[in-house]
Amino acid sequence: MSFTDEQLERYSRHIILKNVGIEGQEKICAGKVLIVGAGGLGAPAALYLAAAGVGTIGLVDGDVVDRTNLQRQVIHFTPDIGKPKVISAQEKIAQINPEVKVNAYHTLALAHNINDLIKDYDFIIDATDNFPAKFLINDACVLAGKPFSHGGILRFDGQTMTHLPGTACYRCVFDAPPPKNLVPTCAQAGVLGAVAGMLGTIQAAEALKYLTGVGELLTNRLLIFDALTMNFRAVKIRRSDNCPLCGKHPSITKLEDAEQPVCDLKSGG
Amino acid sequence: MDLIINGSTEKIKQDTLTVVELLAVKKVEAPEMVSVQLNGEFVRRADFAATPLKENDAVDFLYFMGGGADDERIYD
Repeated sequence: MSFTDEQLERYSRHIILKNVGIEGQEKICAGKVLIVGAGGLGAPAALYLAAAGVGTIGLVDGDVVDRTNLQRQVIHFTPDIGKPKVISAQEKIAQINPEVKVNAYHTLALAHNINDLIKDYDFIIDATDNFPAKFLINDACVLAGKPFSHGGILRFDGQTMTHLPGTACYRCVFDAPPPKNLVPTCAQAGVLGAVAGMLGTIQAAEALKYLTGVGELLTNRLLIFDALTMNFRAVKIRRSDNCPLCGKHPSITKLEDAEQPVCDLKSGG
Repeated sequence: MDLIINGSTEKIKQDTLTVVELLAVKKVEAPEMVSVQLNGEFVRRADFAATPLKENDAVDFLYFMGGGADDERIYD
């Protein structure tokens, strides 16, 4: 790949960056990243990855933009209310960086389609809001040997970890989805909009580090932060022998949709 | 005894206690929602009650955290 003058200008702040350079930018431009969820986490992740010049960005989301989203889902604007989120995001990406190819999948990620969704991508970002999807993405990526970034936010807190084949997976930490109705969601508990931005941006940085090979990924570590105190802590985690997915005697060998919704949000919100 | 809980040293007045008892002492509201690491190894939920803690053990409570995309989406 050789860059045009316009590209050299657009990506100059990456290119002059130690350890990235032309070569790193070429890797970014050749990279393919799938973002599952075009909401609070997916919005900042998509914006930064598009600006960075990631060659192909896949967006998976079955939803449309709602007014309650606008407080934090910064890729969607007020006139987008009612529009599929993947289309709204695709339109913004085209304006930020027309060089980026966007694949918009207006669907939920489920057991029957997740393998098809992830198979052509180098790195997957879990930017979903619910545990069935988070566990499904983990299981599909671990079984397919795909690297991915997990992210979760609630109120003023965020947590994230990155998985590469062979490192601790989400099920090493949490073996199964939590019991129904125990986890409050953003709709019930609220979330500070900027916390979504902080976490989604960390996930985008992990994707860019993965593509360029720069630095140390958040593997075998769970980064937890509390925006109220701005304390960040990376808890070392170890791949668990008892993990039902990647442990010594795995009980999960194929993908299934967890039956539970997070909780009854329509009545609980 | 001293325990290192979530990275900070804390004095616990009990001299002996299990993971389950520590969850109660720390007033963890929904123990079903917490994953526990003891000195870097995950403790199986079924073993919480039978796992004793000793001086200077490092205990991490890790909580489920959802959130991220939309709020109204229910996967079914």
